[in-house]
Amino acid sequence: MTTVKASPVQKSHRISRTDLLQFLMYGRAFIALILVVLIFSILSPQFLSAQNMVIMSKHVAQNALLAIGMTFVILTGGIDLSVGSIVGLTAMIAGGLINEGIRLDFLGVIIYPHTWTIIIISLIAGTLMGAINGLVITRFRVAPFIATLGMLYVARGFAGLRNNGYTFANIVGRPEFGNTGFERLGAGSFLGISYSIWIMAVFALIAWFVTTRLPFGRHVYAIGGNERAAELSGVRVNPTKAIVYMISGFCSAMVGLIIASELVAAHPATGETYELNAIAAVVLGGTSLAGGRGGIGGTLIGAFVIGVLGDGLVMLGVSSFWQKVIKGAVIVLAVIIDQAQARMQERIALQQQQEIGASTSRQSTPED
Amino acid sequence: MSLTSTFSSTAMGSMAIGDKVVLRAENITKVFPGTLALDHVTFDVYEGKVNVLVGENGAGKSTLMKILAGAEQPTQGRILLEGKEIRLRNPLDATHYGIGIIYQELNLCPNMSVMDNIFLAREIRGWGSIDRRTQRKIVLQLMKRLEHSIDPDTLVSDLRIGQQQIVEIAKALAQKVRVLIMDEPTSALSAAEVEVLFRVIRELKAQGVSIVYISHKLEELLQIGDYITVLRDGRVVAHAPIEGIDVPWIVERMVGRSLSSVFAREEHQKGDVLLRVEDLTLPRVGGGYLLDHISFELRAGEILGFYGLLGAGRSDMADCLAGRRPEATGRIYLNGKELKSNSVSERLAAGIVLVPEDRQRDGLVPTLSVAHNMLLASLQRYLNRFFLVRRKEGKAVRDLIHDLSIRVANPSQPITSLSGGNQQKVVFAKGLLTTPKILILDEPTRGIDVGAKAEIFEIVNRLARQGFGIIFISSELKEILAISDRIIVMSKGEITGEFRREEATEEKLVAASFVGHTANNHKNENHHQKNGREH
Repeated sequence: MTTVKASPVQKSHRISRTDLLQFLMYGRAFIALILVVLIFSILSPQFLSAQNMVIMSKHVAQNALLAIGMTFVILTGGIDLSVGSIVGLTAMIAGGLINEGIRLDFLGVIIYPHTWTIIIISLIAGTLMGAINGLVITRFRVAPFIATLGMLYVARGFAGLRNNGYTFANIVGRPEFGNTGFERLGAGSFLGISYSIWIMAVFALIAWFVTTRLPFGRHVYAIGGNERAAELSGVRVNPTKAIVYMISGFCSAMVGLIIASELVAAHPATGETYELNAIAAVVLGGTSLAGGRGGIGGTLIGAFVIGVLGDGLVMLGVSSFWQKVIKGAVIVLAVIIDQAQARMQERIALQQQQEIGASTSRQSTPED
Repeated sequence: MSLTSTFSSTAMGSMAIGDKVVLRAENITKVFPGTLALDHVTFDVYEGKVNVLVGENGAGKSTLMKILAGAEQPTQGRILLEGKEIRLRNPLDATHYGIGIIYQELNLCPNMSVMDNIFLAREIRGWGSIDRRTQRKIVLQLMKRLEHSIDPDTLVSDLRIGQQQIVEIAKALAQKVRVLIMDEPTSALSAAEVEVLFRVIRELKAQGVSIVYISHKLEELLQIGDYITVLRDGRVVAHAPIEGIDVPWIVERMVGRSLSSVFAREEHQKGDVLLRVEDLTLPRVGGGYLLDHISFELRAGEILGFYGLLGAGRSDMADCLAGRRPEATGRIYLNGKELKSNSVSERLAAGIVLVPEDRQRDGLVPTLSVAHNMLLASLQRYLNRFFLVRRKEGKAVRDLIHDLSIRVANPSQPITSLSGGNQQKVVFAKGLLTTPKILILDEPTRGIDVGAKAEIFEIVNRLARQGFGIIFISSELKEILAISDRIIVMSKGEITGEFRREEATEEKLVAASFVGHTANNHKNENHHQKNGREH
């Protein structure tokens, strides 16, 4: 008998160790971020310079915005491969509206909308593309992977068609048309911080609020965890799913506008393969591709890790091939740690449950 | 030693006479972090006998089974096969020694055919490729033996749970086993299917296969078992031959209290007609009806039982009421007003809640916490203008955890860490939080132990007292007779009998459940199996 029962001293020791381990695991993405920043700032003196920080945070902001939208989609158990193409198409739509306006041939006039109108039209266009994704997925029961893969090609195709594959250059508008100021979106700043970072922060805050404090967010998690149970609980599954793709489309459109504005040009290939970076950020941040687990906070950290890693390696002069190897390895490693953490949490929960089982006369353990 | 009760020591004498111990778990102790799951347990499996193992959830049955099946390793103790010590490091070792197990949670691949499942990882090969013809022949033989006409090429996902259970049994039979462990094999089977299973078990016994049988259905154990071992809190509290044992004896040893408190009958004050269903009809794909013009009434404070065989249409009826079958026709009146809506969310808003038959598949979101699962159907109630208020959520969760005495250390822990009975209570809680008028309980006591069953009964009785209208679907005669004020029996999509509590007997219910199944029973039963999928 004595060999069986752990002594109280041993037990308390074990708990403090698991507590520490749990803390490390829970904050792992954040710890990784700090480590990455630390390593780069030691290896490269310019890494922490103000100039580099500005560039880096702009890159992060773009990927983070896409990843925020992607998080909603992945939480429902779906995937959105079309975000990069939506970025490109909205950039072309915005660029075209500024440089060419809306040509109404039958009236013989060209309307040049105000810059704000152009931004709103572009955002609506991106959201509509997301809505088409959602519609195809929910109404026609097409797997999200396929539906958004289709949109990836279609949207990219239209981006090229818009100006026969050419760039809309110098999209600054003309004072006489009243459509100037588009470049300020990418170049302007408030309190010394560029607009794109403010936009990211606002989007992240709203997204965090939606996922944690609104019924809609809870529904998103439930659909990813068990769609049948969610439906039986009265969750309107199809509308919720459609909205999720619209959110992703909206975020993509925002990124398209930011990039076009920063470059003061709209290129049809804008945003190519951005979907992969967004997915990587989401996964790195601990959101399960199977759906139902994860959150915005993790995604944000994931986007920072990817951005910092990418730019840091460039600064160190690491070859672009090695950059890819390292990025890939980090993503897979993150998911491995994620799995370990999920298992550990499960064990801890079981343990807690067994403790109350032991404290009541009739045990209630999960094994049966 | 654990085998200390006077009863078992006298019983030991009679056992020693003819029966040979084939498998022996000796002095097994298993420690999990924080608990002692098994405490010096010795368990003998007699050759060619049905060795029954009972105990409440958490008594250690499943742990002991996992050790015998090689899925867990004991902290202490040893396992002897015909007197020789064996090591079971993994399930493959156990298979190697001829120990097979059918787990309570089905372990089939839903995306594969019945045949592919049965031969998974044991495919029969001819000239290197899979010999489908031989496999098919064996499956058909097995199905004949199990008296089911499930087509070997059917996808498992197209089968009802009861049929999946049959496939699981066929899978075990396809392997040459000498010890077969069955963990709750009948929890999803109808009375007729249980009979078939018992015939198969007797056949296996005659062939010298030893059975370890775990079930919560005590009458069943007495019918099929030869020896019984009762576990409580990780210890063996009794071990005896089944002869001369009755249900109260088992319950007393399992829980330390008598059965009458478990199946307490209660008289309910009945109010006005709450629900009136007229001509509810659900066509079957390929002709005929799953539900054939069903009409009935439910009063406030009434518990209306629905009894029937597998595929009788009870679950379809429940689905229709809950709004899961928009293609159903007929009229449903709630408080005298006809319900026009036909979606789950609208029916929920109207006050009709379904606690589904399959907890795992339809009831719970495994990735969410206990609290979030409970709140899922009623989130609108915790809004402050437009965001969720933690304080309101927390209060609702705490109140119901207390009301339903859900045993959970912390509401934010994952739902998967709870026992079956407590998970079921969470599904109940989720339904109750929507402030329903009508609760439809589809097999609410499936796979949960006597103690938890008693609690569920108590909750159902209390809800009836509070004026809810309750539809209680069950395949267990004793249960449905104990709790219902009125019982409707269905067969082949039709109502074939309706009995008040006073006039209902087991015989009457069973007779009504077979209406439409002619004297040539098996043939029809099979036919019915093939077409009568409820989902």
